[in-house]
Amino acid sequence: MRRRQDLFRWVVVTLTLVFFGLPLFSMLEFTTRDSAGHRTAATWSALADFGVISTRYPDLRAGFLASVGLAVLTVVVMLVLLVPTMTWVRLRLPGLGRTVEFICLLPLTVPAIVLVVGLTPVYAWVTYFLGGNAIWLSFAYVVLVLPYAYRSLDAGLRAIDVRTLSEAARSLGASWTTVMLKVILPNLRTAVLSASFLAVALTLGEFTIASLFSRTNLQVAMYLIGKSDAQISIAVGLASLVFAFVILFAMSFVGGARSATSPLARLRRNRKELT
Amino acid sequence: MTAAPTAYDKAATDATRGVAVELTGLHRSYGPVQALDDLNLRLAPGELVALLGPSGCGKTTALRCLAGLEDPDSGRIEVGGLDLTRVPTNKRDLGMVFQAYSLFPHMTARQNVEFGLQLRRQSSQQRRARAAEMLDLVGLSTQADRFAHQMSGGQQQRVALARALAIEPQVLLLDEPLSALDAKVRVQLRDEIRRIQLEVGTTTLFVTHDQEEALAVADRVGVMRSGRLEQIAAPEELYSRPVNDFVADFVGVTNRLPGDADAKSATVLGGSVPLLVGSATSGPVTVLVRPEHLVVHADPNGPDAVTSVSFLGAHGRVIVGLAAGGQAIVQVPSSAVSNYPPGTRVTVRPTGEAALAVSART
Repeated sequence: MRRRQDLFRWVVVTLTLVFFGLPLFSMLEFTTRDSAGHRTAATWSALADFGVISTRYPDLRAGFLASVGLAVLTVVVMLVLLVPTMTWVRLRLPGLGRTVEFICLLPLTVPAIVLVVGLTPVYAWVTYFLGGNAIWLSFAYVVLVLPYAYRSLDAGLRAIDVRTLSEAARSLGASWTTVMLKVILPNLRTAVLSASFLAVALTLGEFTIASLFSRTNLQVAMYLIGKSDAQISIAVGLASLVFAFVILFAMSFVGGARSATSPLARLRRNRKELT
Repeated sequence: MTAAPTAYDKAATDATRGVAVELTGLHRSYGPVQALDDLNLRLAPGELVALLGPSGCGKTTALRCLAGLEDPDSGRIEVGGLDLTRVPTNKRDLGMVFQAYSLFPHMTARQNVEFGLQLRRQSSQQRRARAAEMLDLVGLSTQADRFAHQMSGGQQQRVALARALAIEPQVLLLDEPLSALDAKVRVQLRDEIRRIQLEVGTTTLFVTHDQEEALAVADRVGVMRSGRLEQIAAPEELYSRPVNDFVADFVGVTNRLPGDADAKSATVLGGSVPLLVGSATSGPVTVLVRPEHLVVHADPNGPDAVTSVSFLGAHGRVIVGLAAGGQAIVQVPSSAVSNYPPGTRVTVRPTGEAALAVSART
């Protein structure tokens, strides 16, 4: 019986690896062959040289920089908007909790294309006041990431007794800003990192809104380059996947490293005790 | 002629540190529910007052209003002569220990104790010294580098107490700090809180629903009902001279026995009981008699019969079915419990200690 279970597990793991790994392997294979079918690293060495990319594929450079800027701004705006709001609602206006949840989850039910229709007049004003830079797409992206970020932060807030912690801090003389920065945020670290990662992943992969608003981000640039140079486009796609994975890994590592219960912290403690 | 000194006056005289606290005419309602209804309360400098009462009586609301965590609808809060009614919590200079564990989970015990000092811009050397002193005071100097999840509930509440005291608050507020702990730890920590409070002399308001806790630690105990103070007095006075049947019923165990009042005494179970001030003084009354103020004798011709007995450690309780109707709980030495098996014929008599009598209709 146990042997059959083990076999089943291995089959599932293998199928999953094949399902996810095969396309990635195909992408790698496709980007490491020249037109004659010989193995070459030309595409990847071109991609590794930012100078070459900038000259040969200016759209890609612009798209990449725009996407990184968008990711950073989206994360910042999302956190500044959501963390204090959700904490405040939990502390002072618990009756509004359902409404805030409904509003935050609403974008999940609205397709991106419908969102664009709704946002078009808004962006006419954004362009009028702030210009046509792709970075301002972050306002739309904040709306897009709201449901995912809300869920992560909500789980984090549920895991701690926000009311008691903030009241304890207040009674010790902390202002609301101190309460947020020194008490609530450090205890929401994992939730904040998870919300940030989701926002970064969603921003780096977003195509529809940028394309329909005629802005160039990484995905739009990849699409444009794909029309003339499929190999570099696929290589960029693969690289962006690896990039997202590295960010995920780095975020979870950084998040866990400072936690008292993380394996790394335990290791450090044990070492300290031994010495 | 001068009035006899009250427990408040005594505390005020004894105080070495601490400030006076005065809540005057506090009102607080939540929709139709009146949580505080004209609450008046004075704490002498250095005094420990416990607020006791059933759930929803307003004791926690009173404490939260004093802490600034709730705004009273009307009334005045004075600490050390200063009006703090509209002053935000973080400017009130009060230390608080909560019912729920409130240590900051991302900080060690030492960092938790240092938190308030850091906000007061003390140097790291001063903070460390003070944190060490406070952790030593609560007996946790060896646990300074532990996080909350590495400590027991009792240890966490001790650290919370050290954290609250580290900032040398004007007033210490304890909001049922022991209710989440098991019985043995609760008694230990209760005694420790009292020891520390006497040592540091901080004026303290202690909210609890556990009468034993309140009677054991407080200089005075206030019994609350429906947002009002029914009685506030020293524990012995509250227990032996309750002003009404609610206080008598709420504090300790009380027998409600039928009797006949005649001016200053009442006849109960064939014996005479002097009546406390505020008692009903004529006609049929219900006399509120403590179990230790009754005696039981085995008597084959007695009118009453034992229905059950319970052994409670230091003493026992014999529950007697009365011939006149109802029952009486009588406290006996634990060595005597075995003398009264259920069914034993007995006579029950009052010892003659003063008791409160209320009109038989209530």
